[in-house]
Amino acid sequence: MSQSQSIKNIEPSAPSPIKIRFWRRKSVRKTVHAVFVYSLLIGIGILIMMPLSWMLTAALRGRGEPVYTLPVSWFPTESFHWENFWTILTNENYPLWRPALNTLMLVVLNIAGVLISNTLVAYAFARLDFPHKEFLFKLVILSMLMPGVVLFIPSFLLFNILGWYGTYLPLWVGAFFGNSFYIFITRQYMRSFPKDLDDAARIDGASRFGIYWRIILPLSKPVMTLMAVFTFMDTWNEFTGPLIYLNDPSKFTLSIALNYFRQSMFSGKEPTTNLVMAAALLSVLPMLILYFFAQDELIGGIASVGLKG
Amino acid sequence: MIERSRKWIFPSLEGQKRREAFQGYLFLLPWIIGFIVFLLIPLGMAAYSAFTRWVLIDPPPRWIGLENFRAMFTKDKFFWWSLGITLKFMVMTLIPFMILGLALSLLLNQKLRGMNFFRTMLYVPAVVSGVAVTLLFMNLLHPEFGAINIFLRSLGVADPPNWINSPDWALPAVAFMGLWGIGGGAIIYLAGLQNIPPHLYEAAEIDGANSWQKFWKVTLPLLSPTIFFVLITGIIGSFQVFTPAYILGGVTRFGPGSKYLRFYLLHIYIKGFQQGRLGYASALAWILFFISAIVVFIIYKQTERFVYYEEEGKGSS
Repeated sequence: MSQSQSIKNIEPSAPSPIKIRFWRRKSVRKTVHAVFVYSLLIGIGILIMMPLSWMLTAALRGRGEPVYTLPVSWFPTESFHWENFWTILTNENYPLWRPALNTLMLVVLNIAGVLISNTLVAYAFARLDFPHKEFLFKLVILSMLMPGVVLFIPSFLLFNILGWYGTYLPLWVGAFFGNSFYIFITRQYMRSFPKDLDDAARIDGASRFGIYWRIILPLSKPVMTLMAVFTFMDTWNEFTGPLIYLNDPSKFTLSIALNYFRQSMFSGKEPTTNLVMAAALLSVLPMLILYFFAQDELIGGIASVGLKG
Repeated sequence: MIERSRKWIFPSLEGQKRREAFQGYLFLLPWIIGFIVFLLIPLGMAAYSAFTRWVLIDPPPRWIGLENFRAMFTKDKFFWWSLGITLKFMVMTLIPFMILGLALSLLLNQKLRGMNFFRTMLYVPAVVSGVAVTLLFMNLLHPEFGAINIFLRSLGVADPPNWINSPDWALPAVAFMGLWGIGGGAIIYLAGLQNIPPHLYEAAEIDGANSWQKFWKVTLPLLSPTIFFVLITGIIGSFQVFTPAYILGGVTRFGPGSKYLRFYLLHIYIKGFQQGRLGYASALAWILFFISAIVVFIIYKQTERFVYYEEEGKGSS
């Protein structure tokens, strides 16, 4: 309490002219500071990039070539067996193009479900009036706090009774029925548009669905992009769901296929480390590409998520 | 027909209001169905199954009262063990990673050129999948040939750790992976830092505050909601470590692997899906739920007075 009080007491005022007198000293300090910050960041950046660089080096090794070398090769310098990536995708034993397509299909279904269901529900919460609205919205918030671990087993029991075990259904159907976190952020976003928009459209004879479809949805593109990016990443990286529900290797998604591929027999023997690394690299490539194109949405979105805490 | 059903559902409303209410519920329908089917029903099943002997290959489920909970505390030698592993990991990573993430975000928040480039780079580990990263670190942490131990040997460490095969170093190995992804947390702090109004720092400077004082008196109090958010999600997250435990622990469809990586959620998985004891696994999940709820509640009560919320208009990006 006392801390917050002391902050409020600090009032903004014009920068004082004394600053100029120390100009010289300050510039020296600034340089030292910049050198310090940059060298730390470059150091950390190298440490973070090195494992990925090692991964690429290992993935480009040829058949029978040692992956572990002394000294450690951190950068691909001598072998460039790009055909490894092709081998991973198309080999006869366990081609990964199939899990990649399976995952992509789930990504598309999940994004479609998330975008349709959450915008519909958020529209009602943000812009319509109906009895028990406050109570229902409290339920949305409450279910956001429900940790997934409690539902881990019973969801399996339910889907098993429904006969969905071994199918893709448990991995995408839920997306079409709303997600409390997405409902929350979309509703917050939709509330920010002026109410006159709806009234004007209603006078012009638009239906409620027409308002949602023609006015609110086009305005909500930023939050929809954010949800699509989040959903893409979550579905692509999802491990436990496919692990529990899928039992047929031809239906596997990329994340479990990767693990299966590592454990499985590959042309009669254990898959070699270079191929496992090539597969792992291939599996993260779409995420990296997505990240580089959508990083502003993503990081901006994380910012708003972090603030809601 | 439609009008009559509207009247029946909302008898207290009239005309336009009734129409709007009816349509509002139509828009809500996906969520209402989802809430019932994918939340309420599973929750009910979770509550019921915890008191049953529910074995997949031997239906139907049989009511056994508190037997699952009794077995947990008396017979299951991995119950306390996996709980211990989970808590040990939490103690090892939660606070150190929060401090490191905060420090990193302070670096990234400096008003220098090229910060966006570093931000992009440091966040990369957070977007790549858990499985690929785990497979990568499995190689880097290979006791004999792994790059990390080769590096340690070159530093003169004669006997570098066995990492995932060693009782003492298996958890630090998982923590090591987490450390690599520290940029993910830093981005959240960074968002919080960038929402602190600059005039507060200017004012503090005029009052003669040095960097250290500015950090303690301005940055930390204003960042406290973000820190609180990271703390709570961090606790919930560390109760739910699964993918690295599953892959590094060497669990296959045929049997569990290293007991040094038997995190609690992995224990639930092994009991429920490998041994098919779903009722028992459900009881285990409830224990985890109550422990995490209690921990979060205590933290919430303890930190409430330190968390500073602006009264109005939280700036958003």
